[in-house]
Amino acid sequence: MIRFSGRSRSERAPSAGMRAGDPNRVSATGPDATHGYILYLEDITVSFDGFRALNALTLYVDAGELRCIIGPNGAGKTTMMDVITGKTRPDQGSAWFGQQIDLLTLTEPEIAQAGIGRKFQKPTVFENLSVFENLELAMAGPKTVWKWLAARITPAQHQQIDAVLETVGLTERRLDSAGALSHGQKQWLEIGMLLMQNPEVLLVDEPVAGMTPQEVERTAELLLSLAGKHTVIVVEHDMVFVRSIARKVTVLHEGSVLAEGSIEEVQANPKVIEVYLGE
Amino acid sequence: MANGGVPPMLDGGFAAALRDDRGGRIFLGVLLAVAVLVPLVNLLPPESSAFHLSSYTVTLLGKYMTYAMLAIAVDLIWGYCGILSLGHGAFFALGGYAIGMYLMRQIGTRGVYGDPNLPDFMVFLNWQELPWFWHGFSSFPYALLMILLAPGVLALAFGYLAFRSRVSGVYLSIITQALTYALMLAFFRNDMGFGGNNGFTDFKEILGFDLQSTTTRMALFLLTAAALGGSYVLCRVIIASRAGRVIQAVRDAENRARFIGYRVESYKLWVFVLSALIAGIAGSLYVPQVGIINPSEFSPANSIEIVIWVAIGGRGTLYGAVVGAFIVNYAKTYFTAALPSVWLYALGALFVLVTLFLPRGVVGAITTMRRARAKPLAAGKVRP
Repeated sequence: MIRFSGRSRSERAPSAGMRAGDPNRVSATGPDATHGYILYLEDITVSFDGFRALNALTLYVDAGELRCIIGPNGAGKTTMMDVITGKTRPDQGSAWFGQQIDLLTLTEPEIAQAGIGRKFQKPTVFENLSVFENLELAMAGPKTVWKWLAARITPAQHQQIDAVLETVGLTERRLDSAGALSHGQKQWLEIGMLLMQNPEVLLVDEPVAGMTPQEVERTAELLLSLAGKHTVIVVEHDMVFVRSIARKVTVLHEGSVLAEGSIEEVQANPKVIEVYLGE
Repeated sequence: MANGGVPPMLDGGFAAALRDDRGGRIFLGVLLAVAVLVPLVNLLPPESSAFHLSSYTVTLLGKYMTYAMLAIAVDLIWGYCGILSLGHGAFFALGGYAIGMYLMRQIGTRGVYGDPNLPDFMVFLNWQELPWFWHGFSSFPYALLMILLAPGVLALAFGYLAFRSRVSGVYLSIITQALTYALMLAFFRNDMGFGGNNGFTDFKEILGFDLQSTTTRMALFLLTAAALGGSYVLCRVIIASRAGRVIQAVRDAENRARFIGYRVESYKLWVFVLSALIAGIAGSLYVPQVGIINPSEFSPANSIEIVIWVAIGGRGTLYGAVVGAFIVNYAKTYFTAALPSVWLYALGALFVLVTLFLPRGVVGAITTMRRARAKPLAAGKVRP
């Protein structure tokens, strides 16, 4: 559905050859036994004033998969996203993006540029700019002040924006200010902004909170269509929504992984039932 | 619609920047008219004529225009980047002090003490030689450089530290206020070498031209008009560029901008320094026209007043800042002459009323009124 007219994937050297099914992936990567994984979190611990938000969390995510992360409040879902995107530094553990990129050494903009896009829980778009301008600013590439002062939009960039507008279903609203969009449309615009950066990984935090049933359905279609082309990690409370999109579910509890597997396996797991339904 | 042309405002450049800026075109037109008419009515008719515009009024207008530049500088960072600086008076004063030092050196032996080497206040303090930081200020190009360097370097250092530590919102406002207050206290001290609480005054010449002469005053006036127009266009072009949209994006959703991969700190720092430079240039045009610079220019109240001009005019429009600066300063000139004790109350009342009833300032209210009037008309045309 999306035609990426920007940089080809192979130009992004560190993660090139990482995708599942890519014939080069074995030769391009080291002797590590975890080929095919795009994201590695190992033994991550984060403490806030003695409270362990993450407790030796270990999580591997396959390239191209759609992973749902669920868990009760305080399970560490948001902290985990903060660690992946560089907002929070863990006290211990390691976080790798592909085989070669150590996430713990990069700043937030560097991680974003390396190919991890994050969608916040609350839709955050640039309200006073148009939908088109929102996508324009989200384009991949160097983003220094001097380059941007004289930057003009190229036909290729224009095409990419049009393609993303089509994907997220906002073509009709392209010239409206983002502040005028409905809640659901803002969420899609934000996903569109992430897509503009051709990310390897999309982190999506509670995408359907506050959406109408139609919007939820549309969002499920959108996320399903993105899986495969991107690795999509969805953090969500809404179990109905999770069931409608999930292939593999990870349950977090008190900062570590409680269970992992298909939605059926997870729902049948006695530990999960105990955490979710109480003793 | 889907694959239509490039939407407006996305093609950049000077012409495009002004094409969608009706208020700006009006402002630049008025500025041009003023720059042509004021010299005519000031220089041509004899002083007895009813059409004569006094040099006092010319200087007053010139002073307002430097304030308008300062307001544009504040609107650029506050209205577009969301950084509420309550210390912009400091950059204005630093630019003023830089040109003031040059003007002091131009006095030469014509001072009260007639010392060929030292300004009057140093003679008065029994100083034997010129402090090191005064060297070079006899040279006009050096002074010009300092007009840019003094506010620019301060803004760079201050902004680098503040933005890198992610100080923002009200905390940033408070430390900018502290910055200008600290500078005021420092400049009040006699041993700083900047004339203490008297500052600099009694200027004679600039580049060999008598500062009191009508033609010099007119030249300064025209220079100020050009600088005001230039600052406006520069800011407008920046706002219309992609970098300008990033600046507004930072204002609307800073974290989003950061996670899309923008170095928010660099953008903030860059726009903060530019704004300080414009304020410094405004200060350097202010001092030769009003003939005095002293530490009261650093007073925190001054910096707050600038923010009030912008709020009253309408922030985030640039021309609104100009309108606000003129309205408030004209009112100030009027009240401080007619009813001096009332002025601060009037300013406070003006600010409260505008905040309550005109949240988008004077120009925002005008825009809303025009839209409201245009709508029924447009609907009427469609009717068969």
